[in-house]
Amino acid sequence: MDRPPSDIEALIELMARLPGLGPRSARRAVLRMIKKRGQLLQPLSEAMVKVAATARECVNCGNVGTSELCAICADPRRETGEICVVEDVADLWAMERSQVFKGRYHVLGGTLSALDAVGPDELRIPRLVDRAKTEEAREVILALNATIDGQTTAHYIAGELEALGVRVTSLAQGVPIGGELDYLDDGTITAALNARKSL
Amino acid sequence: MPGLAVTELTLSHFRSHRRMTLEAGPRPVAIFGPNGAGKTNLIEAVSLLSPGRGMRRAGADEIARRPEALGWKIGAEMDTPSGRHSVETWSEGGPRSVQVDGKPAPQAALGRIARVVWLVPSMDRLWIEASEGRRRFLDRMVLAFDPGHGEASLAYEKAMRQRNRLLKDQVRDAGWYGALEAQMASAGARIASARRSALSRIAAAQEGAVTAFPAADLFVEAEGPEEEDALAEAFARGRPADLHAGRTLIGPHRTDLGATYTAKGVPAAQCSTGEQKALLISLVLAQARAVAEDAGAPPLLLLDEVAAHLDEGRRAALYDEIVRLGAQAWMTGTGPELFEPLEGRAQRLHVTEADGISRVEDVT
Ligand SMILES: Nc1ncnc2c1ncn2[C@@H]1O[C@H](COP(=O)(O)OP(=O)(O)OP(=O)(O)O)[C@@H](O)[C@H]1O
Ligand SMILES: [Mg+2]
Ligand SMILES: [Zn+2]
Repeated sequence: MDRPPSDIEALIELMARLPGLGPRSARRAVLRMIKKRGQLLQPLSEAMVKVAATARECVNCGNVGTSELCAICADPRRETGEICVVEDVADLWAMERSQVFKGRYHVLGGTLSALDAVGPDELRIPRLVDRAKTEEAREVILALNATIDGQTTAHYIAGELEALGVRVTSLAQGVPIGGELDYLDDGTITAALNARKSL
Repeated sequence: MPGLAVTELTLSHFRSHRRMTLEAGPRPVAIFGPNGAGKTNLIEAVSLLSPGRGMRRAGADEIARRPEALGWKIGAEMDTPSGRHSVETWSEGGPRSVQVDGKPAPQAALGRIARVVWLVPSMDRLWIEASEGRRRFLDRMVLAFDPGHGEASLAYEKAMRQRNRLLKDQVRDAGWYGALEAQMASAGARIASARRSALSRIAAAQEGAVTAFPAADLFVEAEGPEEEDALAEAFARGRPADLHAGRTLIGPHRTDLGATYTAKGVPAAQCSTGEQKALLISLVLAQARAVAEDAGAPPLLLLDEVAAHLDEGRRAALYDEIVRLGAQAWMTGTGPELFEPLEGRAQRLHVTEADGISRVEDVT
């Protein structure tokens, strides 16, 4: 028989759905975990059970965490009056890795796209406007991808915030056309943040 | 002067060509053979060395060789003013992929390597048919001057498709429209000015040129303003009408290209069939001269069945001009006699077909 037993097969199939893994690498990974049952498979399955029980979206910013407020929103030192708007959590993590931004985030979860039926409400934009008011934001920094949909979203948000008198800036500098923030290295992100421009 | 030329072309499962490799020099390439042999297929492959869907506007899946339909691939080595480049483009069913010098690249990158202009038989009716064909012809000419034109057009298209969807869904969010219109206005203004500048360069290249082909005055007929702020305002003002129509009614996507036969002052649409063809050739040659001055090399010219429609004198004149330009022109025709005046100045390829497979033989 050249197929693995069905439980293991099911695990391989699930793993193969993860980004960056195909069927071949999923098979290798599963085999490796089985061989290292004590060091890898057991702790991994326990970690997964825990995360499955506790992972949730931050009610304030949309970041993922394990409590109602994510670690960033819960930290008073990060109430700097600056809110950085990103498309998704991967972008937030990329910004955090570069350690240049000291304020809080707002995760949209996508970009405006009429063709995909994604409107302002689907993107927590009304919530962002609320936050800008209640957190008395001085500056909202738009760290959106330089795609057409990303820039449309940036324009839209700038328009919504205009009446509040908040300074709205954009990272566009240094972010390549169609570039995805998540793939930029820390130095590029730092440069892009330092060279941000008013919209 | 280093020109622009394909020096090696490899086709794999590309329409009727199962596997083909040919070497070429900077000279024109005369391609002859019977109907259905695979001549147009060959130059269509060259047209795909530029961004877009090529001279037949084919979907990537139409091109895959039948019956296998396994996907297709084109490889080309090119001499260009910026040095030697190697380009590969292929599809395995999905949208086509591109590699330049061994690295994945966006399609738009092709425009910076090879500037390609073509004339195909269906363009014989260009001046009398719908404006879409003329706009495409215009944009292809602009792209040869300005590789960034492709990106601007794509950006405009994308934003407009979103806006059209809002219109169809009867969405009333002014901020959302405004955000899309700002992008359309910025890309649209760039598109409009690139078009005008291309036309003025072509006009300049026609002036004082010694040519056997009649000059044409080209002009754009725009629907709406062309300057960024005015365009954004016009989009905003047009929302009620657009909502009613369910699409965007003004903007550079509605621009038409007009032409008059300079010597007679007659609109191109009212010229004879032969005169219309001559006008097109004249424009392509003028453009090639202008691009040569601009970019340091004339574009690749793909002239499908052009020779057959010219009288002997004009045919010889066309060849002379191409040779003088130093353009690598790929020309097709059924018989070798069509290319006799080029004797010794062109590479000659004989294309035949057996069992649905094309064969290309260099008979220079
Ligand atoms: N995807 C495909 N797979 C296989 N064959 C194809 C495919 N697409 C087109 N062909 C065939 O390629 C053949 C050659 O076409 P092509 O247009 O190149 O001929 P041609 O030499 O230019 O002829 P003509 O002188 O009539 O213009 C046609 O018979 C056509 O059916
Ligand atoms: Mg043909
Ligand atoms: Zn949070």
